Amino acid sequence: MVNENLVKDVVKEPYKYGFVTDIETEKIEKGLNEDIIKLISQKKEEPKFLLDFRLKAFKKWQKMKEPDWAALGYKKIDYQDIIYYSAPKQKEKISSLDEVDPKLLETFDKLGIPLTEQKKLTNVAVDAVFDSVSIATTFREELAEHGVIFCSISEAVKNHADLIEKYLGTVVPASDNYFAALNSAVFSDGSFVYIPKGVTCPMDLSSYFRINSGDSGQFERTLIIAEESSSVSYLEGCTAPMFDTNTLHAAVVELIALDDSSIKYSTVQNWYAGDEEGIGGIFNFVTKRGKCLGKRSKISWSQVETGSAITWKYPSCLLLGEESVGEFYSVALTNNLQQADTGTKMIHIGPRTKSTIVSKGISAGNSKNSYRGLVKMGTKAAGSRNYSQCDSMLIGDQASANTFPYIKSQQPNSEIEHEASTCRISEDQLFYLQSRGIEFEEAVSMMVSGFCRDVFNQLPMEFAAEADKLLALKLEGSVG
Amino acid sequence: MQSKMKESDPILEVENLSASTDNLPILKGVSLTVYPGEIHAIMGRNGCGKSTLSKIIAGHPSYNITNGDIKFLGENINSLEPEERSQSGIFLGFQYPIEIPGVSNLEFLRVSTNARRKFLKKEELDTFDFEELVKEKLEIVKMDPAFLSRSVNQGFSGGEKKRNEILQMALLEPKIAILDETDSGLDIDALRIVASGIKKISNAQTAIILITHYQRLLDEIKPNYVHVMSDGQIIKTGESDLALELEEKGYEWTDNFVKET
Repeated sequence: MVNENLVKDVVKEPYKYGFVTDIETEKIEKGLNEDIIKLISQKKEEPKFLLDFRLKAFKKWQKMKEPDWAALGYKKIDYQDIIYYSAPKQKEKISSLDEVDPKLLETFDKLGIPLTEQKKLTNVAVDAVFDSVSIATTFREELAEHGVIFCSISEAVKNHADLIEKYLGTVVPASDNYFAALNSAVFSDGSFVYIPKGVTCPMDLSSYFRINSGDSGQFERTLIIAEESSSVSYLEGCTAPMFDTNTLHAAVVELIALDDSSIKYSTVQNWYAGDEEGIGGIFNFVTKRGKCLGKRSKISWSQVETGSAITWKYPSCLLLGEESVGEFYSVALTNNLQQADTGTKMIHIGPRTKSTIVSKGISAGNSKNSYRGLVKMGTKAAGSRNYSQCDSMLIGDQASANTFPYIKSQQPNSEIEHEASTCRISEDQLFYLQSRGIEFEEAVSMMVSGFCRDVFNQLPMEFAAEADKLLALKLEGSVG
Repeated sequence: MQSKMKESDPILEVENLSASTDNLPILKGVSLTVYPGEIHAIMGRNGCGKSTLSKIIAGHPSYNITNGDIKFLGENINSLEPEERSQSGIFLGFQYPIEIPGVSNLEFLRVSTNARRKFLKKEELDTFDFEELVKEKLEIVKMDPAFLSRSVNQGFSGGEKKRNEILQMALLEPKIAILDETDSGLDIDALRIVASGIKKISNAQTAIILITHYQRLLDEIKPNYVHVMSDGQIIKTGESDLALELEEKGYEWTDNFVKET
């Protein structure tokens, strides 16, 4: 249960993650070409197969066109005007947290993600990513005792090359789409998770992505593998400083679930959204996809999207294993001039597969919020079922909401159910709450939280409270 | 009658109040004074302005006061926000209580009660203490605790919504409660529960305005004064027998009245 009272304390705060850490960074020159890719690969001391993977992706990307089908409008991105690698300068080899630049630790402290031994969160292991590199990962030894691997993807490339080579790009191939190809060519860091057979991960795993530099993009790559009968809950958080330029964030996340395993992936996305006039903010083009390879495997996405100037994101499930389950729970909130085009794809391939989609879009200010989703029943997906519910809430009269549900069924013996609704916070509802002594902004927050309840209930406890606060914060001054 | 000397100060004074919505005049000079311990009934045809009067006293943003004043405990409240009015002790029982999907009734009641308690400089209640309090108050309206875990008014029957309103009144302990057609849509048993609830909550320091069409509520809660409204004005004021006369003769009888000045 989300405590609405939390809302009250923070409703007056501006974007509090907008600070910049003053730290010496190592940046490569702007632009993108084969030499840059070779340089990134060389900096990361990568094996040849990965460099080949990158170069192949780059070739494909060059032949591809930036997609324009989303209901988004933005100035063309100049891909040669971006820095593709930026890392805080620190010692070559860091053996313990004591050697991490205190400024970095301080940064994560300020973000509410303490990393040091004394202060670290007790129930969550954290991988902290700063611009292009992972700074630290907590609880590694404890996790290792259970055979769980949780580290930056760069480390995984060094220490678990076999797993990387086996799985990287198998869920989201480099040629999948324009932004996935770009990411495959230049990805810098991200998290790697491996849960061995039969293991229930003893704590939640979490990655925290921080963009600090204004002119470099962030291209993280996350790979999670859940072996047979294992399970893991993974959380992802993101923030960035306030710059008046747009920063590109193009991530790829791949999840693989084998027989009877389950992966729960939760995101609270709070990248800087730009100011009230729409100046600045992150361009967030993300490809997230999970493959339910095994029988009775389950992948559940839950996301709270509140930040970014542009959001283009469709966490999806490929349901291959028989009786596998895919879920997508989403709250997307846009305010001012933010634009979001987000949703999911549930591709039912195996028999008796099941998927659930619950999407809540909230548009305030002059923003534009679209749900776009595909439910597909393949020829072998007999006995499969989908349930989709897409609700939109409009706040004020300048915002817009769209729903684009695509349904393709090649299997007569399957069920697809779709419900959609649009509502507006009515003056009568507000007056009712106010006439009971509840202040205007709190009344709005209460109603928005109520609208999102079905999704918040899916989030891990701490995240739900966090999400609730975040929505209140984002809505400040958006009504009346 | 309204102007006779009373021992204490009035709770509510409505002075020559005119108001409009979308430039359409609804109230055309209403005056009404309510003292502690009094029960007033306002009757009149649909559209006469009685619901509007109650909403304006509660601060509904859709109406503009074009003339006159509303004073609560001697202070002009014309420009106060609805929540400030509620916190200071004005309660409006809605004719059609609003549904708020997803917001739990318990949490809503708690936030609301704490807003009032904060104003009264009483300690705010956490969930556990509040549950104790609310269970006690549920008795007054004979409501099942299961209502607390549902969304505010959502899927409630007409009678359940009205009882939820009286529950809120019991929790907020207002100085004045304006109950807009609280009796409509209630069967006899529910009406008795609601009426006895209202009586239990009120005392010599509080006042009630009942807006109603029917005598049956007034049989249960006997008013000190009955006002008849027509076309945005109070056209007649009398004692409780005026309601009986209205019941007998119908509103057509009142059409012949000239506004009493």
